[in-house]
Amino acid sequence: MSGPATHKKSTLFGAGFARVFGRGWLAGGYIFLYLPIVALVVYSFNDSPIPNLWKGFTLKWYVKLASDDEMLGGLWLSLKIAFFTATSSLVLGTLAAFALVKYRRFFGRTLFSGMVNAPLVMPEVIIGLSLLLMLVSVQKALGFPERGAMTIWFGHLLLGMAYATVVVQARLQGLNPQLEEAAMDLGAKPFQVFTLVTLPMISQALMSAWLLTFTLSLDDVVLSAFLNGPGSTTMPLVIFSRARLGLNPSVNAVATVIITLVAIGTVVASYLIARAERERANAIAQAQRDDG
Amino acid sequence: MNALTTLVAMLRRGRTAVIGVPFVWLVVFFLVPFLVVLKISVSEMGTVSVNDILSVKDGVLQLTLRGTSYAFLTQDSLYFQTYLSSIKYAAITTFFCLLIGYPFSYFMARAKATIQPALLMLVMLPFWTSFLLRVYAWKGLLDENGWVWQLLFWLHLDQGLATIGVIGAPGKFMNTPFSLVIGMVYTYLPFMILPLYSNLAKMDLRLLEAASDLGATPWKAFWLITVPLSKAGIIAGSMLVFIPCIGEFVIPELLGGPQTLMIGRVLWDEFFSNNDWPMASTVAVVMILLIIVPLAVFNRYQAEAQENAK
Repeated sequence: MSGPATHKKSTLFGAGFARVFGRGWLAGGYIFLYLPIVALVVYSFNDSPIPNLWKGFTLKWYVKLASDDEMLGGLWLSLKIAFFTATSSLVLGTLAAFALVKYRRFFGRTLFSGMVNAPLVMPEVIIGLSLLLMLVSVQKALGFPERGAMTIWFGHLLLGMAYATVVVQARLQGLNPQLEEAAMDLGAKPFQVFTLVTLPMISQALMSAWLLTFTLSLDDVVLSAFLNGPGSTTMPLVIFSRARLGLNPSVNAVATVIITLVAIGTVVASYLIARAERERANAIAQAQRDDG
Repeated sequence: MNALTTLVAMLRRGRTAVIGVPFVWLVVFFLVPFLVVLKISVSEMGTVSVNDILSVKDGVLQLTLRGTSYAFLTQDSLYFQTYLSSIKYAAITTFFCLLIGYPFSYFMARAKATIQPALLMLVMLPFWTSFLLRVYAWKGLLDENGWVWQLLFWLHLDQGLATIGVIGAPGKFMNTPFSLVIGMVYTYLPFMILPLYSNLAKMDLRLLEAASDLGATPWKAFWLITVPLSKAGIIAGSMLVFIPCIGEFVIPELLGGPQTLMIGRVLWDEFFSNNDWPMASTVAVVMILLIIVPLAVFNRYQAEAQENAK
């Protein structure tokens, strides 16, 4: 690597070598990131009970999946919990993001921002254990809540809220405060400012936050394992218990279904977001033209 | 009644509601549970559940604090070793994430501006597909005749890996420290790339031109300008990788095998297999003490980043 350094370039290496090396590194990184996903999909079509031994194409694992009540029941429960988690995380996360961005000083602000950020990195076993032990204490004293879908939702909400806050907060910080001030000068009440000015501007961030918390909840193993009760086995718990025992083609088939759905969802969502953005840009341009 | 009307009046003011609702929720579901864990870690396990630390005996309120779990933690060297090995694996994972992630983010940030959103999207996309399934996939890749197994075998890397002791024998990659670290690097790499990329993409490239004009070689400019300027990104990324790795459970359980000691698994076993709640709580309390310094660093960085964004 000493050769390229003799070039006087503002980039790290000489131009030609840098391009090849940089592209190679990026390609290697992306292969690393996507290889497991490709392998999952490929081996879901493998007509052999022995994993890693390709024997030919089959769809039999998908046929089996269609009558796998444990997995499908888990999937339905996971989808319900994910929906409620995403929706409630969005509400609490938006409130928390507003509190942190709009109010520079209030009692306990440091504690508050610490508590919002901590679940992002806090090991899930700690969150799961502590939440469970608290819920058990409450249950001993009051007789509720029973462990089940609702307690799983509490755990997911704690995690989802942290992620939603970060996403919404980043968007709020990028907003031009003059727009809201202008609306207020023109006589809008605070609530009107929020619904008519702020909300449309952060709608994209809200959508990504909802999708992110939805997938987080759909995917969570550790919190669900601590907080579930009898009859509330989510899909990741089913997958985890099978994966622990070894390689299992039914897991590959489920994985392929999920990956396909996520891929479609991502494409549709990014298309919608891009279209909304374009329409907004057009509307602004139109308004400016009318003005001029 | 009076207090209630005051409360209603307070909530009607937007500010109190906006701050109050998430604040109270976090206190109840995040802060209080930690206090419960702290309490249970000094309690004694009864027959079916944990004995209360406060009890009324002969009409006198008694506080019984038991340090048994903590004492046990220091006596049994297994716990100490497990903490050490958790830190070791988390540190190794952070190192490799930085080693792969820094050049990756650097080249991403220096790629053509038009393709950068697509490159970023490609890093985030695996994020959206199940983490559990992606970890499970490595089981297949590293197991006998798996794709990565074949590659490593073909490159004769297994001999070397066996010599340095990260795999048990040539050709056996699964359930070793090697498979554990691969799984953790794979899972946490995007957490390293994203903060680094956003940091490197914001860098003022004119600084490098100036350095070049003043006679610095590109390497020198890189080490003296680019790296120091990206310090905040390096710290944020490293903390985002290091802290969750310490307590990781799913990856060691699926890829690590029984030989690799990780504290998250010990906590899990104490709780689910041994049903020893005070011990599980004690392990959790000590784990929190372990991550509190990196957590404080991370929180300070977050706060600073938020101030800078204003």
